[in-house]
Amino acid sequence: MTTVHDVEQKPAVISLRSKDLLGIAEMLPEEITLVLDTADAMKEIASRPIKKVPALRGKTVVNLFFEPSTRTRTSFEIAEKRLSADTLNIAIATSSVVKGETLADTAMNLEAMRPDMIVLRHSSSGACHLLSRICRSAIINAGDGTHEHPTQALLDAFTIREHKKRLKGLKVAIVGDLLHSRVLRSNIHLLTKMGADVWVCGPPTLMPTDIRRFGVTPTSHVEDAVAGADVIMMLRIQLERMEGAYFPSLREYFSVFGMTEERVKRANPDVMIMHPGPMNRGVEIASEVADGPYSVILEQVANGVAVRMAVLYLLAGGADYEEAA
Amino acid sequence: MPDTKSAVVMDADRISRTLTRIAHEIVERNKGVEDLALVGVRTRGVHIARRLARTLREITKNDIPTGALDITLYRDDLMRFAVGPQPVVRRTEIPFSIDDKKILLVDDVLYTGRTTRAALDALIDFGRPKAIQLIVLVDRGHRELPIKADYVGKNLPTNPEESVRVRLQETDGQDEVVLQQEATV
Repeated sequence: MTTVHDVEQKPAVISLRSKDLLGIAEMLPEEITLVLDTADAMKEIASRPIKKVPALRGKTVVNLFFEPSTRTRTSFEIAEKRLSADTLNIAIATSSVVKGETLADTAMNLEAMRPDMIVLRHSSSGACHLLSRICRSAIINAGDGTHEHPTQALLDAFTIREHKKRLKGLKVAIVGDLLHSRVLRSNIHLLTKMGADVWVCGPPTLMPTDIRRFGVTPTSHVEDAVAGADVIMMLRIQLERMEGAYFPSLREYFSVFGMTEERVKRANPDVMIMHPGPMNRGVEIASEVADGPYSVILEQVANGVAVRMAVLYLLAGGADYEEAA
Repeated sequence: MPDTKSAVVMDADRISRTLTRIAHEIVERNKGVEDLALVGVRTRGVHIARRLARTLREITKNDIPTGALDITLYRDDLMRFAVGPQPVVRRTEIPFSIDDKKILLVDDVLYTGRTTRAALDALIDFGRPKAIQLIVLVDRGHRELPIKADYVGKNLPTNPEESVRVRLQETDGQDEVVLQQEATV
């Protein structure tokens, strides 16, 4: 960045309507734009010698993770620290959950210590909605079952917007395990709300039956999905969530759906290749593609911090103990 | 807006002459423009800083590095009220190192001094400048913090009930400073 921005447009909305971020489904396009614009301002902080601003001084954020996560948890923690919030991490292996405590009880006990925000990852879809009803703290969904992963979709959109300057009218091909992916659901909501042309592609066994209802074009031919695409978004094959045999073998999957250089050539010349991580190299994506010139996978990780700072900042004005008490 | 009494206290010519005078003061006081850099406080401070940079280039034939500072995340009233929309954050752009530079911090109106306090804290996070000097187009008094401007366009005695509007071509389509009898939102 060597020039000073000239644009000083007034945002369409100046705050989020909800005290929580549960999913993209509940958000208005204007709210999505507000998060992305705020993230744009937050991104610069990472380039400073002192990567910390005092905005959330005195706020306590609990990162409550019932599922393994490196990227998302680290990203939230860095975002919280850069905003000067006090953070604490609760991982399932060390918590009372192993002693049989329910999610609601865990949350009520944490609530008694008056945190301001709870970042929750849980294997059950709807876990965040449950907490939002019983907690006064702001609840941020960091992935609930196969339901939503809103901050991932927001950081994907932020990365696309940085490169393409828009979301509207872009052809986005999402390829992989459609059935188990919360990243897919959040991205479909976000991209269709913002006017993108979304194609989803995967084996018929991993294709949700009612997927057309979300305004996307389903196909099981990866060549059709990527033809002329501006963005190719790969989804991980989630072996840990699969209880049956959805396809013959990982090698077979790669040969039919794996993103190879050959297939990327069918897309637009300036296509972006995205992956929410963690990648299974040689299963859904070839190493040459993951490390290739079109790959923005590591940019996504960097942008994740800025987007989560934006969400934390915007929600920090939300919950009021005195009013709610 | 319609029923409030207002008076134009600086017109376009006056603002232009004032900025030219301040540019000359900067050169005189710093014995040149070596190691100087301008940092404007968003929004209007940035435009004033750019105008000063243009004038300084005309006077000295030197380009002064110019940046934009958003102080929102440093405000002392951010979390004062638990509920309510958060102020909009905009991008800070300081595309040069401020270490060992003399920073000319530019804002449109100096009032309580709280914005300047926030700006000083923000600047220090970017490095260790040799000095920071404060430039304001209007000083309207009523300081709540021990802060004083080094260059003042116009000292304007005001009541706390009054409001001072700085309008600039870049943001408002015209150059003027207006004193309004009642604060309008």
